[in-house]
Amino acid sequence: MGKKILIHNDKVPGINTLEVYRQHGGYASVEKALKTMTPEAVVEEVKKSGLRGRGGAGFPTGMKWSFLAKPPGVERYLVCNADESEPGTFKDRYLMEKIPHALIEGMITSSYALGAKTSYIYIRGEYFYVARILENAINEAYAAGLLGKNILGTEFSHDCYVQVGAGAYICGEETALLESLEGKRGNPRIKPPFPAIAGLYGCPTVVNNVETIAAVCPIINMGGDEYAKIGVGRSTGTKLISASGHINKPGVYEIEMGVPVEEFIYSEEYCGGIINGRKLKAVVAGGSSVPILPAELILKTEKGEPRLMTYESLSDGGFATGTMLGSGGFIVYDETTSIVKNLYTFARFYHHESCGQCSPCREGTGWMEKILHRIVEGHGKPGDVDLLWDIQRKIEGNTICPLGDAAAWPVASAIRHFRKEFEDYIKYPEKIKDFMPVV
Amino acid sequence: MSSNSKNTFNEETLELVNKLIKRYPEGKHKSALIPILHIAQAEFGGWLSPETMDYVASILNIKPIEVYEVASFYSMFNLKAVGKCLIEVCRTSSCWARGSEDVVKHLEKRLGIKEGETTKDGMFTIKTVECLGSCGGAPMLQVGASFHENLTKEKVDALLDDYRTAGKQKSYTDLDYKNTL
Ligand SMILES: Cc1cc2nc3c(=O)[nH]c(=O)nc-3n(C[C@H](O)[C@H](O)[C@H](O)COP(=O)(O)O)c2cc1C
Ligand code: SF4
Ligand code: FES
Repeated sequence: MGKKILIHNDKVPGINTLEVYRQHGGYASVEKALKTMTPEAVVEEVKKSGLRGRGGAGFPTGMKWSFLAKPPGVERYLVCNADESEPGTFKDRYLMEKIPHALIEGMITSSYALGAKTSYIYIRGEYFYVARILENAINEAYAAGLLGKNILGTEFSHDCYVQVGAGAYICGEETALLESLEGKRGNPRIKPPFPAIAGLYGCPTVVNNVETIAAVCPIINMGGDEYAKIGVGRSTGTKLISASGHINKPGVYEIEMGVPVEEFIYSEEYCGGIINGRKLKAVVAGGSSVPILPAELILKTEKGEPRLMTYESLSDGGFATGTMLGSGGFIVYDETTSIVKNLYTFARFYHHESCGQCSPCREGTGWMEKILHRIVEGHGKPGDVDLLWDIQRKIEGNTICPLGDAAAWPVASAIRHFRKEFEDYIKYPEKIKDFMPVV
Repeated sequence: MSSNSKNTFNEETLELVNKLIKRYPEGKHKSALIPILHIAQAEFGGWLSPETMDYVASILNIKPIEVYEVASFYSMFNLKAVGKCLIEVCRTSSCWARGSEDVVKHLEKRLGIKEGETTKDGMFTIKTVECLGSCGGAPMLQVGASFHENLTKEKVDALLDDYRTAGKQKSYTDLDYKNTL
């Protein structure tokens, strides 16, 4: 049984209310930080914890916080990224829905560390009912003196607001999110300047994922060094994994970093194995953007070592034989799955979500969708696989924001590991209906 | 449903709008645009007509083009009329792998319309959408603020019956802002 520190109380009745949350130790990190620590000391603990951003990129949170510019007399902002639109990812929703105060507590403690008087939680519009849950939690926190003027009688004052988006994956990219929060289209900004220098309303801003911010509470409570003892190497702490696809027990699991992938898929504690006792075919381990791996490479690295649920182990072998932990969106495909058709759903997604600013992304995602569409419809042409390969290569690295790469990697990895399937679609169009998944 | 020709918020809604605007620093009221468009869409028939968008621009004291460019960027804003009950079926990987195409086919058969269309009585629209962050409950669909997960044909049938009865009184594109803020 791994250690749980984020959603260990998720089944406690009434844990969504302030009263029950506090009975279970809630808001201890606010008490501790505001009453006994300097903001710098809070940042120091987060640095020591080794916490890495849980939104996908895995950038060290303490380091990000220390980059925040602090010109005198200029507002600073904390913005929580609750856009959660990466296909396969639904952990932030679970956390906010079940234990909303865990996020609000993290927002207050983190804002204190950063010297932010105002923070916003930007949540995707489709999570409207979750926004309502957060609003209620915030109202409770104001009533209890945990938000507003002079929190818990200290000098620190803070306001926290929820902002709903309106359906656009790109608004998860941090600069697009800031544009959207300013009431504009979600077009990513050219960097630099980075948000730490010029973010929301041109002011220094930190953007962090929901899970990252929630993890600050246990870090402050137990101390950064203790937190760093959980997990393996540079993958410290616990991680929320969203598990979906052909498994017996889809859902959100908090794992201690370092659980073997095989155990995660097959043990009763987690996914409970593949549905109907079928064989595992492939896994997308970290949300739609990360490379898909066939069964043999997700269970073991190329060197034959067991693959673990850590940043390092999942990326072992680079893109040739590895993948990434990403957002922790873990999608499992059984032996009946058509990799080609699945890739088509991803290509369609990225084309739909491209903001259209850069031609390689706007045009390239469109072409990839179109070619994959004709392949799945039985009209693929000889040379289409090479054409796809060529297009994805021309997008990668040539765009303003990483959505271009995110669109290219699934295509590259599916071709790399399952090329024959693509060629069969083109060679034997009459057989395509046999390639469809059995539900 | 109020008609789209004479769009103005009532006192209560205007109060809510003013409360929203106060969430942002002086002069940054444009930040309230997306939340206000959600309210406008819910109040004025489930979609944003040019008149509605012009009205929102006047409230925020911004140019109409600033509203159009935002409204057309985000997929939750409908620029054409939709049924009272907008059924959004997720079609992305996890849902596809667990049968979302069958869900769409079943809906099309039951309602006698194709994806993207609205039933003649104006009651239902079927739309396919990208991942709604509910992949663990695949296949799934959303109506208004409600998620419906682990769908089967029987569940879809029961849902349609529910919405058909209840939907006579209420529009399910309404996100129910007022009970939150
Ligand atoms: C296209 C795109 C979509 C993204 N979507 C999300 C998202 O939904 N949630 C999120 O937390 N980060 C997302 N990110 C990452 C953010 O840009 C940013 O790195 C993250 O919010 C930083 O927080 P963290 O350091 O706590 O992970 C996305 C990035 C890209 C390029
Ligand atoms: S890479 Fe795509 S999504 Fe990102 S800025 Fe360019 S066009 Fe927009
Ligand atoms: S893939 Fe359907 S909700 Fe995520």
